[in-house]
Amino acid sequence: MKYFNLVWSALFRRKSRTLFTLLSVLAAFLLFGLLDSVRTAFANAGHSVAGASRLITISKVSFTLELPKSLYMKIQTVPGVAEATYANWFGGIYQDPKNFFANEAVPSNFFDLYPEFHLSADELRDFQQTRTGAVVGASLAKRFHWKIGDQIPLQATIFPQKNGSNTWTFNLVGIYHVANPSERQQEDALFFHWQYFDEARAFGNGKVGWYIEKIGDPKDADRVAQAIDAIAANSDHETKTQSEDAFQASFVSQFADIGLIVGSIMGAVFFTLILLTGNTMAQAVRERIPELAILKTIGFSNRSVLAMVLAESVLLLAIGGAVGLALAELVVSIIRARLGAVPMLPVGVEIWLQGLGLMALIGLLVGVLPARRGMRLRIVDALAGR
Amino acid sequence: MLRKIGYALAVLVAAVVPVVALVALPAWVIVAGLVLLAAWLAFTRTGHQTWSATAVAITTIPQRLGSSSVVVIGIAGVVGVLVALLAMAEGFRSTLQQTGSDDTAIVLRAGSQTEINSVVSHDAVVTVAQEPQVMHDVKGLPIASPEISVAASIPKKGKTTDANVQIRGVGEQAWELYPRLRIIAGRRFTPGLRELIVGKNAAREFAHTALGSKLNLNGQPWTVVGEFDAGDSHDSELWADTNVVATTYHRGDSTSSVTVRLQSAKLFDAFKTAIKTDPRLKLDTQTTRTYYNAQSAQLTKTLKILGTTVALIMAFGAVFGALNTMYAAIATRTREIATLRAIGFRGAPVVVSVLIETLLLAIAGGVVGAGIAWVLFDNYTASTLGANFSQVVFEFRVTPALLAAGLKWALAIGFLGGLFPALRAARMPVTDGLREL
Amino acid sequence: MSPLVEIRNLSKVYVRGKQKLEVLHHVNLDIAQGDFLALMGPSGSGKTTLLNLIGGLDSPTEGTLTVAGQRIDRLGQSDLARWRAGHVGFVFQFYNLLPMLSAAKNVELPLLLTKLPAAKRRSHAAVALELVGLADRAAHKPGELSGGQQQRVAIARAIVSDPTLLVCDEPTGDLDRQSAVEVLTLLQRLNRDHGKTIVMVTHDPKAAEYATHTLHLDKGTLVETAEAPAQAAS
Repeated sequence: MKYFNLVWSALFRRKSRTLFTLLSVLAAFLLFGLLDSVRTAFANAGHSVAGASRLITISKVSFTLELPKSLYMKIQTVPGVAEATYANWFGGIYQDPKNFFANEAVPSNFFDLYPEFHLSADELRDFQQTRTGAVVGASLAKRFHWKIGDQIPLQATIFPQKNGSNTWTFNLVGIYHVANPSERQQEDALFFHWQYFDEARAFGNGKVGWYIEKIGDPKDADRVAQAIDAIAANSDHETKTQSEDAFQASFVSQFADIGLIVGSIMGAVFFTLILLTGNTMAQAVRERIPELAILKTIGFSNRSVLAMVLAESVLLLAIGGAVGLALAELVVSIIRARLGAVPMLPVGVEIWLQGLGLMALIGLLVGVLPARRGMRLRIVDALAGR
Repeated sequence: MLRKIGYALAVLVAAVVPVVALVALPAWVIVAGLVLLAAWLAFTRTGHQTWSATAVAITTIPQRLGSSSVVVIGIAGVVGVLVALLAMAEGFRSTLQQTGSDDTAIVLRAGSQTEINSVVSHDAVVTVAQEPQVMHDVKGLPIASPEISVAASIPKKGKTTDANVQIRGVGEQAWELYPRLRIIAGRRFTPGLRELIVGKNAAREFAHTALGSKLNLNGQPWTVVGEFDAGDSHDSELWADTNVVATTYHRGDSTSSVTVRLQSAKLFDAFKTAIKTDPRLKLDTQTTRTYYNAQSAQLTKTLKILGTTVALIMAFGAVFGALNTMYAAIATRTREIATLRAIGFRGAPVVVSVLIETLLLAIAGGVVGAGIAWVLFDNYTASTLGANFSQVVFEFRVTPALLAAGLKWALAIGFLGGLFPALRAARMPVTDGLREL
Repeated sequence: MSPLVEIRNLSKVYVRGKQKLEVLHHVNLDIAQGDFLALMGPSGSGKTTLLNLIGGLDSPTEGTLTVAGQRIDRLGQSDLARWRAGHVGFVFQFYNLLPMLSAAKNVELPLLLTKLPAAKRRSHAAVALELVGLADRAAHKPGELSGGQQQRVAIARAIVSDPTLLVCDEPTGDLDRQSAVEVLTLLQRLNRDHGKTIVMVTHDPKAAEYATHTLHLDKGTLVETAEAPAQAAS
C-alpha cells in the first residue's frame, strides 16, 4: 500500500495521455455495462428463483394454439402437481402499439403460484372479488402513471367482445412488486380475470392458452411433465410440458442469439481496448526506463518493479472501468425510468463483479509485456542510456 | 484571456463543423472534397509544401507502427461493428420490404395487427373478392387468396430444440397473386391433399423439409413435394392448400386473412373505402407493402439505434486512442517538425500534413473495418421471431451505402483525432523544437 | 581492523557479440571505514564499472568483493537488490530524481523498502533534507529546482537510510562551478562530520581535491601515481 503514491504519480506522469486512455477505457466499460444489461435481461427473461418449481404446459403443435379447459381437472390430479393454474395471452394494446406490455387473463389462484409477485392481502382480495378488476406491476404503473381506481382501456387485437366492441376496460385494483431486481422486468405486465375474459370474448370460449403447474419437488419435474403430457397423448390437442425456465429460454432463443451479438461486439471492443491501453502502457514504460532503473538501484526488487507496473495498468483500467460502469448504471436506470419496457436489467452486483474481473484481467494483460521489460532492464545499461 | 477563449471557440467550431458535415453530407460531396484536396496538394505551392511534409511523416510511420496501428484498429473496430449491425437491420428491412407491394392488399379482422391474431369468415372472403377493384385472371376469376397462418413448432436442423415455422395455407389463386414465386425443386402441392411446399430458407433452417420427407403437423403426416423461391420473407414459410390447413387445425371455414391483387395500385383507396363502408364487414385493409414494412419497422429501428449508439460510444473511445497516438507521433517528430518550420515551411502545411496523416490512417481503418464486416457478414444468414410468432430468415446485407457510411465515420473520427495534435504541432515554437532531444 | 571494502583480484569482462572486452583487470583495493575516495581516469578506464561493482549494481566476472564483512560478488539479482537497499546510497551525474514526486517524496523512496511506519519515514526524510539545506524546498518537484538543488536532494535520498557506503558517479559533472562546490562541500561534510564512507568517480581534478584519497585507473588497472593528490585537500 505504501507504493500506492508511487504508482499513482507514475500514472499521472503524462496527464493528457492518461486522461485520453482513461476515456477510452471508460467508453469500453460503458458499452460493456449497457450491453451486458441487455444480455442479462434476455438471459433472465422470465427467469425467477420460484420458476424452478413451475412447469408450463402448452400445445405441442404451437404455443399460439389454445388448449381445452377440460384438461385442468385432470392436470390437478397428476401426482407431484401441488397446484395448477392457467392463463390466456390477451395481446391488448394500450393507446398505441408501441406501448407494448404483456397482458394476460388469469384465474383467482394465479398469484398463489407466483409468490414473487408481492400483492397485499387487501389488493388480492379486491382482485378476486372484482369482475373487471386488473392488477399491474409497479414498473408498468409508474410508466403510465396509473393508480389504484383507474380505468384502463385496452384495444383487443385477438379477442373482440361478444357485443362486437374491441375495447375492454379494466378497473385497476392492485399493484404488485417484484423484490429481486434481476426479475423486475416481470413488473411490466397486466393481469385480469379469466372468468370475465371467457364470458365476454366472442370466440374461443372454454379454452386456455397454457397451464402452469407448481410441483412439490423440482427433481420430479421430468416425471411430472411426462405424466401431464400423457393425459392428452394421441388427442387432437397434444401438450408439451417443460420447466418455466426451459420454456422462456426456447422463446428467447428464437428471437435472436443475443449472446452471440453482444459477445461479438464486446470482443471487438475489448480487442481494440487491449491494443490501445497496451500501447499506452508500452509508451509509459518506455519513457520511464531510467526511473525504473533508479528504483532498482535504490534496491527495489525485480518483483516489486513488475508489480508496480502491473498495478499501474490495472489501476488505469480500474479507474476508467469503474467510472464507465457507474455511468452505465446511471444510463440504464434513466432509460428504464423513462421508457419502461426495455430489455435492460439494472447494472447490478453480477455485472459489476464481471466488469471488475475484466478490468483486472485486461489490466494484467496489457501490463505484462511492459512490466517484464521494466523488470528485466539491466540497471547499468539503463543508466548509461543504452 | 480573451484571446484564449477566442482560440478555444475557434477550435471548437473547427472541430464540430467538419464532423457534422462529414456525417450529414452525401458521399459524393465528400469524395469531391477529397479530390479537391488531392488537387490542392498536387498543384499549389502550399499544397506542395503540405504534401512534402506529409510524405516525410508517412515515411516515419513504420518506426511508429505499434501506435499507428492503434488508430487503424480502433477505427476498424468502430466501423466494423457499425456496418455489421446496420447490415443486419438492412437485411431484415429489405427482406420484408420486398415481400410487400403496392398493388396487393391484405385484409385482416379489424384490430388485428398480424395474421396470426386475425379471423376472417368465409362469407367475408367472398364479399372481399367480389369488390370491383380486384383484378381477374384470364378465366375471369378474382385474384384473391384466402390464407391461414399458423405457427407450428418443428425441429431445427442440427439442433434438439424446436422453433416455430409459419405454415401458410393459400388459395388456388396464390400463383397469380405471387407471380415472383418460382418452384425450384419438385412441384406445386395438389389442392385437397396434405402436401407442402417449403420456402428455400425454411428448407435450410428446419429438419424434415427435403423433397419427399414427411412432416408431422398437428398429429397428421404431410409430404414435402416442392421447394420454392419467392425472394422475400415467404421463403421462411411452408405453404399448403388453405382448406386442408383449415381442416388440420380445426379452423372450420374461416381463414386468417384474404390477400387480393388490385387492378392497379391507384385503386387501393377505393378498395379500402368499399370494405370500410360495407356494414357486413369488420375488417382492416392495408397494402401488403404497408403491412410488411410495419413488421420490420420495430426491429429495424431497434437495430439502427443499437448500432449507432454502440458505434458512437466506441467512436468516443477511438477518438481518444487516436489523439494519444497522434500527440505521441508529433512528440517523437518534434525535431523533424521544427526543422521543417526552420527551413521555411509555414504553419498551415504542417497542420494539414498531420491531419492528412491521421485521415490516411483513419481511411485505412475504415477500409479494414468495413472490409471485415463485408467478408464476415454480407449474406450472413440469421433468423428472428417475426410478427406471426414464427421464424423469419433473412440475410445481412452490406450495401455500398453502408460501406460509405462506415468510411464517413472513419473520416470523422480521424479528423477529430488529428485536428488537436495538428494544432499543437503548428503552435510549437521552432527554437524549442530544435533544442528538444 | 579489516577494511570496509575489500577488493581482491577483481575482473570484469563484457561480451559484446563475439568480442570479449576486459574492462577491469585483476584489481586489488581496500577502502577503509570513513574514507572519501576519488576514482579518476580517462573515459573507458573502467572507473564507472568499478563503482558499479562496489555499489552492487553489477557482478564481477572474477575475484572477490567484500563489503562490511559480506561477500557480494556472488549474490544473485534479488539478493543484490536487498543488499543495496540496506547498504548503499547512490548519487548520479544527472541526479535521477523521479520527476513526478516532490523532493520530500523522492528522499523518502529508499525508506519504502524498510519497515518504518509512514510518520517515521516522513520525519527521516525531513531530517535528511535539512542536512542538505533544502528543508524549505521539500514540497517542490525536481523540475522546480536548480541542478545543484536537485543534486542535493539526490544526496539526501542517498543518505536517508543511513547506508554503509555512499557511491557517487560524476556528481558534479552536470553542474556549474558554484553548485559543484556546494555539492562537494556537502559530501566532504558528510564524510568528516558524519563519518560516511564515500567512493566518488570523477574526471575533474578539482573535485578530487575534496576526497581524502585519489586513485587512478587506466585500461582496467589501478596505477600508482607519483603526485598522489589525495591528501592535498586535507
